Amino acid sequence: MSKYLVNKFLYTIDRDPELVERYRADPRSTVTWWEAEQANVILNCHRGERSTWLTFTDAEREALATHDYVTLFELGAHNFLTLTLFIALFERDYPEPLAFQREYAARLARWSVPYPDITT
Amino acid sequence: MATVAAVIASTHHPFYYRASTSTGADRPPFADEWVAKIEAFRQTLTGARPDVLVMIGSDHFHQLWLDNMPQFLIGKAPFYDANFYNEEREFGLPRMLLQGHEDLSAYLLREGIDAGFDLAFSNELRIDHSITCPLITLRPEADLPIVPVYTNIFAPPMPQPKRFVELGRTIRQLVEAWPTDQRVAIIGTGHLSLELGGPRQFGPHGPDPEFDRKAVQWIASGDLDSALAQVSLDSLWQPGNATHGFMDFMLMMGAAGAGVQADYTDSLDLFHTMEAYFTWYPEGAHAP
Repeated sequence: MSKYLVNKFLYTIDRDPELVERYRADPRSTVTWWEAEQANVILNCHRGERSTWLTFTDAEREALATHDYVTLFELGAHNFLTLTLFIALFERDYPEPLAFQREYAARLARWSVPYPDITT
Repeated sequence: MATVAAVIASTHHPFYYRASTSTGADRPPFADEWVAKIEAFRQTLTGARPDVLVMIGSDHFHQLWLDNMPQFLIGKAPFYDANFYNEEREFGLPRMLLQGHEDLSAYLLREGIDAGFDLAFSNELRIDHSITCPLITLRPEADLPIVPVYTNIFAPPMPQPKRFVELGRTIRQLVEAWPTDQRVAIIGTGHLSLELGGPRQFGPHGPDPEFDRKAVQWIASGDLDSALAQVSLDSLWQPGNATHGFMDFMLMMGAAGAGVQADYTDSLDLFHTMEAYFTWYPEGAHAP
């Protein structure tokens, strides 16, 4: 499990308008690029000082590459980060306000408390 | 010594700005009632005639991140830019520039650390909707200097609820001992039951109306004993997966004082989450 890295992906994509569009249009190649080039960037350090050990698990990589927010929830990705980014990705495709958010809830309906642990 | 002009606790709802400024077909049916309640609530701050605002909120993974996550942080800067791209995108919130009150920040940091809170600090802090929402509702002119106080209600492991209460109590005591003649309002926002990114989100009411009913009663009556007895880091997952924001209300209960009834209480049952508004006028505040 590398919940931290999944959260880092969601966080760094969500804060960048160009990356939001890139991830929407081509999720798999965005995830491949990000894991190769960005995953080990320490956000508040000089770019020359990188981590060396951060990789996704196969399940995490596949969930991100397929926009699978249900699996991300089940893997313990942070609920706020996932929701915020996926609203940015897909709310625009729904005719009614909050329709995407309600579908999101419905797709998680089999879950009751306790939810998967989001602690990192 | 400074005067605590008011202690104010509120939910922060990022949809208020858009709802209150929209017109015609875009204006939601609940907007007029919501605006009326906010304008009444705003009067409780206006009438207290504050000079400076201590603003307690929580960064929503905007500037503070999991590689270096503070539990409690106070901003100390002459200015604070405010709101982020993803808040403009999702909520239509405006970019803002707020003036800081560095003297009060420095005082609260020094005295707060000496009182037993190992506070983090930031000299360059962009603040988010947890602080701009209450400014938009309570002081839309945004013309008063602020001291932002951030708490971690978002990324486990978090501090215990009692620690939030103690920090609120300490902020109140420190402001009262601040050697100036300024009038300080202490304003904090949190949540009642709330679900984000889970199966109970965006329902017709908050995810746990029974919790909300109890929580409003605890806050309005200053019933810290019941709140502390019934709330734990584990229990707060039950009413909704973002309900740890209630700990910021508990901080404000600490600031208001145990057993002290709020002078003003209001609430509004909205879709997704319940709104709740509380104001206390401490003795000697000479507020309305």
